[in-house]
Amino acid sequence: MDNTKRYERLRERYMNGDLSRRNFLGLLGAAGAAYGLVTPYRAMAADVTEVRFDGWGGVVSEALRANAFDPFENETGMKVVDGTFGGGDEYLSRVKASQPGEYNIAHLSGVFDYARYHNLGLSSELNEDNIPNLEFVIPKLIDVFRGVTDGKLSCVPYDYGTTGLAYNRKHISDEEMQEKGAMILLDADRKGKIAGWSDWRTRMWYAALQTGQSPNDITDVEAAWDAVRQHRDLSLKYWGSGAELMSLLAEEEIHVTEGWSGRIYALQEQGHDIGYMDPPNGFGWQECMFVIKGSPMEACEELLNFMLAPETSIAVAEGQNYPPALDPNKVDLGKKIPTLPAFDPNGTLENLTFADPGYWNGNEAEWAKTFGRVQKGY
Amino acid sequence: MSVEAREKRQPWILLSPALTAITLLLFIPLLFILVYSFWLRTATGADEVGFYLDNWREALTDAFYRDILLHTLRIAAITTLLCAVMGYPAAYFIARSKGNKPVLLLLLMLPFWISYIIRTMSWINILGVSGALNTFLLWIGIINEPMQMLYNEATVILGLVHFLLPFMVLNVFVSLDGIDETLEDAANSLGATRWQSFLQVTLPLSLPGLAAGGLLCFVLGAGTYITPLVLGGTSDAMFANLVFEAIITQLNWPLGSALSLMLLAVLGVLVMIYNRYLGMAQLMKGLG
Repeated sequence: MDNTKRYERLRERYMNGDLSRRNFLGLLGAAGAAYGLVTPYRAMAADVTEVRFDGWGGVVSEALRANAFDPFENETGMKVVDGTFGGGDEYLSRVKASQPGEYNIAHLSGVFDYARYHNLGLSSELNEDNIPNLEFVIPKLIDVFRGVTDGKLSCVPYDYGTTGLAYNRKHISDEEMQEKGAMILLDADRKGKIAGWSDWRTRMWYAALQTGQSPNDITDVEAAWDAVRQHRDLSLKYWGSGAELMSLLAEEEIHVTEGWSGRIYALQEQGHDIGYMDPPNGFGWQECMFVIKGSPMEACEELLNFMLAPETSIAVAEGQNYPPALDPNKVDLGKKIPTLPAFDPNGTLENLTFADPGYWNGNEAEWAKTFGRVQKGY
Repeated sequence: MSVEAREKRQPWILLSPALTAITLLLFIPLLFILVYSFWLRTATGADEVGFYLDNWREALTDAFYRDILLHTLRIAAITTLLCAVMGYPAAYFIARSKGNKPVLLLLLMLPFWISYIIRTMSWINILGVSGALNTFLLWIGIINEPMQMLYNEATVILGLVHFLLPFMVLNVFVSLDGIDETLEDAANSLGATRWQSFLQVTLPLSLPGLAAGGLLCFVLGAGTYITPLVLGGTSDAMFANLVFEAIITQLNWPLGSALSLMLLAVLGVLVMIYNRYLGMAQLMKGLG
């Protein structure tokens, strides 16, 4: 019996004199409370009418809304409620505080985020038979996720990109960037015109490059922190979102920072003379659409399959400026995607260095805390 | 029930909605935070339930938290002082204006209709390298290159003053509006100059409003985290930013709980000192 019918019957009994006013109000209150308690779990019920998606906002959200969610809503009648977050850490705290089923699909970055969610017991198990378009995805991108979740999948890979060096060509030449690489972020002559992402992983990754170490195996941690401190002293600001990154570069508040390949491409498309380069061992990452435990699985799988369909995936990739996870050996990716930064025409992704999830998550507690202090002048 | 017993119960019955709301919305959440502060964050980010003093030990003994707390109190104090200096004349002007007082008060309230974050971010368009001020200064030829004005302590204080000034003006206004203007006339008729009558009559009588405004500005200023995030540079974080980082970035809710209770305790002590010497009545008047 649905709630409307239940309320109508209660009202009828009250009007007929079968119930006292006090009992009627009491039962009404109890029904309301029960409805409120049950609502978060309704996502698990069979008659799902909407799915919640959370992503990075900005051009990424716009691309998903226009090319994936709107067509999906038109085709299936199911609604996609999309929200945004500034970073994976911030979103994870929201999920941790939520009721099961409240958040459904998240656009996570990096395998280490996937592993973190899994370690916190937030992973689900996808029925891959419901996502036939998974066959178009680069196998290497899928395999790393399977490795974390015992051969199963809690997400589908969706795109990849790099966090490389972005610079204003009016002030820094391509030649200088090639010569200095990651060391440009420690150039004392550019004090006050340098910035960086307020993310401990990115800071340590670039510190590893600046101190001649392997990002996935930093042996001299103190030297790396010294490099982070040196960068902090030269920086104008740590940026916290893609919108802030684009604004700082476009407004010429800063001349150089590391930046996300797709956002920098978007700036270039807007006509800003911003250069972009991936230094050797630059930070490569793959993004996935992660289904959170407690979500309506079939509805989520239907949406993911729709999003992975080559026509949808290519349109989203062209909008958000990150190459799709689709294998170029199996799918014709059109004209624009091969021009995007970080694009790998071979589909092997051998030229990109990804973060080792075990290594980075093992250091997460200590390094995130230390960076919080270093960031503030300590 | 006897009349006497009914009379005894009546205040509690009347107070019960307010007490219920305070219990549900304030004390119970605070209790949760207190309990959380004794848990521990594990390496995976999950919380270990128990009674551990580690978070409190760290929050109370680590020089890092003490330094940021002192920095926060200093920024809040400077902001409060600036609000007092700038807000008093404005409040005086509104209180002494004759016909257009409602319009001036409405103008004072206008900024509250716009989101605090948007108001804070608007300074980027004003003070930025390609912002309005630099563009104007370049246009009139005073400077040849844009000045770097954003992302420092001064812009954090500016953003806070922008946000808190109306609170100060309102409190001082309420205080000044309640002063009988004939007192100043009396002082003048006894030979005091206008300046003397202001210093010896108006200013002392309006001090409770100034103090109430000061308390509000200080407490709100010390608890802010958006302004240093948007307008601050690499070393302009305030204590609330530490709470944000512990809870959101590091997923360390237990430590974040201890830090937030620590800030609450420090501000609570300041409010108690204020209440001891000046009383809360004026503050309520200003808020009302």
